[in-house]
Amino acid sequence: MMVESQGQRGAGREAPIRVVLAKLGLDGHDRGLKVVARMLRDAGMEVIYLGLRQTTESVIAAVEQEDADVIGLSMHNAGHLALAPRILQALADSGLDVPVVIGGIVPDADVATLKELGISAVLHPGASAVEVAGAIRRSVA
Amino acid sequence: MSGVPVDPVYGDGPMPGQYPYTRGIYPEMYRSRLWTMRMFAGFGTAVDTNGRFKDILHHGGTGLSTAFDMPTLMGRDSDDEVWSAGEVGRAGVAVDTLADMEDLFADIDLGAVSTSMTINGPAIVALAQYIAVGDKTGVDRTHLSGTIQNDILKEYQAQKEYIFPPRPSMRIVTDMMRFTAAEMPRWHPVSISGYHIREAGSTAAQELGFTLANGFAYVEAARAAGLGIDDFASRLSFFFNSHSDFFEEIGKFRAARRIWATWMKERYGATSERSLMCRFHTQTAGVSLTAQQPEINIARVAIQALAGVLGGTQSLHTDAFDEALALPTEKAARIALRSQQIVAHETGVASVADPLGGSAYVEWMTDEMERRAVEILDHLLELGEGSILEGVYEGIDNGWFVGGIADSAYRFEREVNEGTRIIVGVNAFTQGNDGDDGEGNGTNLLRIEQDTEDLQLKRLAAVKQARDDEAVRRALEAVGQAADDPNTNLMPPVIDAVNAYATEGEICDTLAGVFGRYVEQAIV
Repeated sequence: MMVESQGQRGAGREAPIRVVLAKLGLDGHDRGLKVVARMLRDAGMEVIYLGLRQTTESVIAAVEQEDADVIGLSMHNAGHLALAPRILQALADSGLDVPVVIGGIVPDADVATLKELGISAVLHPGASAVEVAGAIRRSVA
Repeated sequence: MSGVPVDPVYGDGPMPGQYPYTRGIYPEMYRSRLWTMRMFAGFGTAVDTNGRFKDILHHGGTGLSTAFDMPTLMGRDSDDEVWSAGEVGRAGVAVDTLADMEDLFADIDLGAVSTSMTINGPAIVALAQYIAVGDKTGVDRTHLSGTIQNDILKEYQAQKEYIFPPRPSMRIVTDMMRFTAAEMPRWHPVSISGYHIREAGSTAAQELGFTLANGFAYVEAARAAGLGIDDFASRLSFFFNSHSDFFEEIGKFRAARRIWATWMKERYGATSERSLMCRFHTQTAGVSLTAQQPEINIARVAIQALAGVLGGTQSLHTDAFDEALALPTEKAARIALRSQQIVAHETGVASVADPLGGSAYVEWMTDEMERRAVEILDHLLELGEGSILEGVYEGIDNGWFVGGIADSAYRFEREVNEGTRIIVGVNAFTQGNDGDDGEGNGTNLLRIEQDTEDLQLKRLAAVKQARDDEAVRRALEAVGQAADDPNTNLMPPVIDAVNAYATEGEICDTLAGVFGRYVEQAIV
């Protein structure tokens, strides 16, 4: 696996990047999220893995409690256009400036819409460990 | 092609149709009857999917296969604001009340079709609704034919569509097995499914071992509930994945039949031949489909379908090439069906039963898959101190299944990342990935719009408005009382509740009030 060493981490950060990983809503496809969790750990990040069936409230609570730098959400059931605005609104309401990265099955045509809404990056199935870690690093840079 | 006459089967030793059925469950396999081409469908409201069903029947299909949306699969009503908003009718059809099930099968004779319903946590509600539709349209319960997936054990291990904890869930499953054994002789109450275990990342051997373990766990649970093995075993069926490693898959299918037959006979004392036969449905591996150059998925699906057929499947669903991007379009679904028709009618592989039997490599692979699966079964027997059922409960509780699957998924991903495993279009041969050819960029994808959700909310509100609330309250109370008493079968009160137009969410909430809800430990 092509893992960048910790010393290469960008933006002059001292502490490791802290990432909250979750799935919102009812979808139970957690294979991708679990693989991403291990990829990010291997890349030297600290992963707060919330897992399945999270709500915007539970994700926000975890971000606050864990002082997370970034949120990673996995979406597989075509709910991204409904769920993304909700989490962004909840973040804004809580006064949190934390980037959100989405991974999963998202049609190319929706990527621009999601980015306009304020999603930092969208990762597709097959994204390599380097691409996943890179997207997370750029989102917090 | 050249008209050379061929025999129905070649070789010696135990032949197809003979114990332990390694070579197939029927003597002539597809020469006497082709596999069933059963394509999975469901989207939007019940009225939308009813249209697709009628289309399938109009084109000569006799089997329907229902995909439900996520709220329905999780026992949540469409108007559940916390959980359902944004997911209604998107990944399948929304069914909240009996009214939806009535619309789903409107103008379809339930006595003349076989219906597969892919639902697990709230399966008892869906089956009750289907029975109620039959009752209302004058179809005797003995004539209802089909399968409900209802394999709750793999939900804790892989697919995660559970509602209640494992033990009360198994009580529901055994109540359903008892009810269908007594009243619905043409119904399959459980389809023991490796498909989702594989999709979640397991290896072929884990898929085989975990699935057979779950199968034996249902057998032990039903026996403990007082059912005679030959009264229900012939109604159990299986559902496997067909992935890309061609000979490994074929070996897996052959090993599944051999292990099931020998264990059912020797360990569980089944005597009826049909109790020993591992009948299974196969679906090609959704997880193997790539978003990159999606058209090349057509080749993957065809090869995986061929493995399923050479492995002796009883029915087959072929995935559409655009499923890594969204729900399949009609054209993509048609190409998938055409791919199995090519295998069936052009390749000649259906002419001879188990044509690979006797190949040194295929026989070795079959033995190897068997050895690895039996290792898993032995581990679970040890964990359960002689009981597979207890071993499976323990493996769920201590994370053994989810951990094993996650390890395999990560190993696979690392191999792809390191380039030791080639996935065409992903880590090799990527030229063409950015092709602007109109496919794969979202322009030709099936989209379910928000108005579906709005429409379903209106439908549900109208049903709630029209029903007798007092009758609903009484019916739900009876469901709760039955849940409290392990000696009462839950099926009859649940049928009464759906007939009163209680919603799926109300019935599941009532059951959860007694059984609790399962929350998994978030482990990576």
